[in-house]
Amino acid sequence: MKFGVLQFPGSCDEVDALGAARRVGDAELIWHGERDLKDAEAIVVPGGFSYGDYLRAGAIARFSPAMESVIAFANDGGLVLGICNGFQVLCEARLLPGALLANTNLRFTSRQVDLDVVRCDTAFTRACEPGRRLSIPAKHAWGRYYAEAESLAAMQDSGQVVLRYGPGENFNGSVGDIAGVCNERGNVFGLMPHPEHAVDELVGGSADGLEIFESMRLAVEGVRV
Amino acid sequence: MSDGGALPTVADALALGLTRAEYELVCEKQERVPNQVELAMYSLLWSEHCAYKHSKKLLRTLPTEGEHVVMGPGENAGAVDVGGGLVCAFKVESHNHPSAVEPFQGAATGVGGILRDIFAVGARPIAVLDSLRFGEPAGGGDGRPAGRARYLLDGAVSGIGHYGNSIGVPTVGGEVYFEAPYEQSCLVNAMALGLAPRERLMRSAAAGPGNVLVLFGASTGRDGIGGASVLASAELTDEREGGADKRPTVQVGDPFEEKKLLECSLELLDRGLVVSLQDLGAAGLTSSASEMASKGEVGIDIDVARVPLREPGMEPFEVMVSESQERMLCVVEPANVAAVMELCEKWEVSGAAIGAVTDTHRMRVLRDGELVGDMPVRALVDDCPLYDLDPQKPSQQIYPAPAATLTPGATPRQTLLALLSSPNLASRRPLFEQYDSIVQSRTVRRPEQADAAVLLLPDGSALAVSIDGNGRRVAADPYRGTIAAVLECAANLACVGAGPLGTTNNLNFGNPEKAHIAWQLTEAVRGLGEACRALEAPIVGGNVSLYNEGASGPIYPTPVIGMVGRLPDARRAGRLGFVRPGDEIALVGPFEPSPAASELEKLRGEPLPDGLADIDIEAVRAAQIAVRDAVRAGMLSSAHDIAEGGLAVALAECCLEGGVGADIELVLTTGAGAGAALFGEGPGGFVVSGERDALRKLGETAAVQRLGTVGGQELTITVAGAGAGAGAGAGVEAGAGVGVEAEIGVEADGDADGDAAITISISLAELAGAHASLRELFS
Repeated sequence: MKFGVLQFPGSCDEVDALGAARRVGDAELIWHGERDLKDAEAIVVPGGFSYGDYLRAGAIARFSPAMESVIAFANDGGLVLGICNGFQVLCEARLLPGALLANTNLRFTSRQVDLDVVRCDTAFTRACEPGRRLSIPAKHAWGRYYAEAESLAAMQDSGQVVLRYGPGENFNGSVGDIAGVCNERGNVFGLMPHPEHAVDELVGGSADGLEIFESMRLAVEGVRV
Repeated sequence: MSDGGALPTVADALALGLTRAEYELVCEKQERVPNQVELAMYSLLWSEHCAYKHSKKLLRTLPTEGEHVVMGPGENAGAVDVGGGLVCAFKVESHNHPSAVEPFQGAATGVGGILRDIFAVGARPIAVLDSLRFGEPAGGGDGRPAGRARYLLDGAVSGIGHYGNSIGVPTVGGEVYFEAPYEQSCLVNAMALGLAPRERLMRSAAAGPGNVLVLFGASTGRDGIGGASVLASAELTDEREGGADKRPTVQVGDPFEEKKLLECSLELLDRGLVVSLQDLGAAGLTSSASEMASKGEVGIDIDVARVPLREPGMEPFEVMVSESQERMLCVVEPANVAAVMELCEKWEVSGAAIGAVTDTHRMRVLRDGELVGDMPVRALVDDCPLYDLDPQKPSQQIYPAPAATLTPGATPRQTLLALLSSPNLASRRPLFEQYDSIVQSRTVRRPEQADAAVLLLPDGSALAVSIDGNGRRVAADPYRGTIAAVLECAANLACVGAGPLGTTNNLNFGNPEKAHIAWQLTEAVRGLGEACRALEAPIVGGNVSLYNEGASGPIYPTPVIGMVGRLPDARRAGRLGFVRPGDEIALVGPFEPSPAASELEKLRGEPLPDGLADIDIEAVRAAQIAVRDAVRAGMLSSAHDIAEGGLAVALAECCLEGGVGADIELVLTTGAGAGAALFGEGPGGFVVSGERDALRKLGETAAVQRLGTVGGQELTITVAGAGAGAGAGAGVEAGAGVGVEAEIGVEADGDADGDAAITISISLAELAGAHASLRELFS
């Protein structure tokens, strides 16, 4: 299978995401000015500071030509993973509910965090065992997930909360300890922590993040859980 | 030629920082009175910052060549061969004066500046480290209210994080010290490393008359005008006067612009479109263009009317000296100009052809074709007079004793907790958590996991990098203190299994025109050269920051040493934390702990001693090699060098990082006393852990003293042997053993009788609580 990894001016983690995706399949970078998704079967919107995060994190990237294609791709049911800045972009694009606010400590904070996998049956977590806890680094200044109570309840009902921070791990103040959410259809997923930085024990502190990429491969190749 | 308005006078020259004699020399070189443009350019290029006029003669004594050196000092950054066809470019640079005026932007643009130096030589930046010095967070430095150090620290850390995080280069290490002499003059030094294929390494010499000079990146504004001469080469006066006035001369950084500039520059080099490349730093176009011309032995014409400006009405001299950030200058063959512009467009950076390489050997400035400045390149760049220093050792210690924060009667237990929570030794977690240390997927050892950062290379080997420089020890003895700083860096590398490849340094000192500062500088450079020669770690680049002093006196002399090494197998990179319960713990090396200039003496408010004990560099080096080889062979579970706070603090750090306790029995053999053995400092000591056989084997190549075992949830240290309890009560002169120092008075917890054993027992939770004291500075 083939991943496409978007690259905006100001992207920082796109090469890391490319490397992570290549551990489970093919992968190629897609320049923000291109509309052609190069036959990618899943899209990664990577971390970083697209367009300098000016105006608001993700607010400009959401209008790029490549994102127009990604929105159409998602509406057709294609798999889209947004990591950190990519999560912010997907929220700005309204592909995912809610928004990311400034961390409660108002500082960029970098920490290895434990994440509880709430659902192991999504296209992004099907490689995880039930009850799985993933150790993955997080690093951001604007990662406090927020959604209004009504929308939270709806997300809860439709099983859109996929990852929660483990006990004591929610350093950014996210509502309900939410670390990762998907859309109602289950084909678009965003999280603040960086699974692409946890694919190799040597430099990632763990290889747990690989399970996210592996799940996407299984989903694209039609492997059901 | 247009005279650009009224000709400036000698008074203008003096105001711009030139001396009368220098002004006369300028007139002689010009064969006339210089106009405004020319005087502005001379005043910058002949400033301390650009010309190194008080340090160049000393710097020439440093070792700069070695088997790994690919590019030595003189380029934007030096480089060493790291194998596999790759070179590592690295350099440390200071941004002290701007950071004292506006810490966030000062530190941010310091990072931006050093990163440009790295990609200007064709290397992709892979890591940043920083070295910071502030006054005491609790205040009390010079009678000013507490809070300034905290404000500067907060701003500088945020600024470093802002720039490094946003541009996608990990901040993998660093150090910070808090000492009263930095209250008025903080230090912000940033180091960066980059990787390049050997054949992409780029030099900055302009070449080929007729070639085009292209400026690309941000537009040019009035920010930072005169920064180099007005800010960097004058003592900062009182904050209320100087600080406020100087605020507009601090540049403002834009990491997004630099990220685009970085990618654009590297792609230009990959596609072979440029002849030479240079970043714009201090003194802007003036310095960049003149240095490119000087190195290439050519001339350069620049038309300021073709420079994209941020604001209207800028004078030619303003365009030439502007320090607007995020700009690069390159020389391009005419046939490639269109391709260069196309690439600039792709990366959304503006590019403009602003001039040409000539064969005139002159730096000529034009405005719409009209000549407004004309200078011989050689006069501008090479003819600044170099000054001899007049070093003289002061008759007495020039730094006041620090304020005491620990009572003389403190028990060993209280002393250890006080040291762990003191600002210089407390955990740096609240700082480094604000940095992205893992982007680029290369970081094998993150901050606090090991003594040096470890970065994976494509062939499975790794780079190790460390930055260090304890100014208090250098103040006590500039020569030996600097040797100790170099050894400390190399020890950090040894603990992860790396040997040095090369060194960079930033010499932060006070006013070199004063005899005692000249002495500090001279002695420090002597120690630096000697240590780097002995370790075969030549200096490939660096920076000098002088005039770091204010009304209350000079900073501690602070040579900051950055060292890069390599280890063959990243999977065997050492860790500092204890790992396996049951492992044995040993003290390795020719460690002769002394309280002189130690952190403990600082907490006790002791004045600095006059001199440190002699250092046997070869013996220390042999121990480093033994530890390095044991780590490389995978024999050890952990390795940590003993630094500030001595053996007891090193043991506590090993426990805290590993999350496991230790049971230690320290048998005194030197007669130095329990206080010195526990908390004394000096080079050459390591705490290692591993299986009994591994430590026995290590004993074949180094002095190994068994200390105890790993296990439990407490650190327990028992000191036994002759005179363990001696020194009970303050200031008892033990006299025996080590050199000049007086015994530290530490009291036994229980029986204060002379032969009683001392036992310290502290839970991991209590150690961690003390170690987390900096957390409150950021709350």
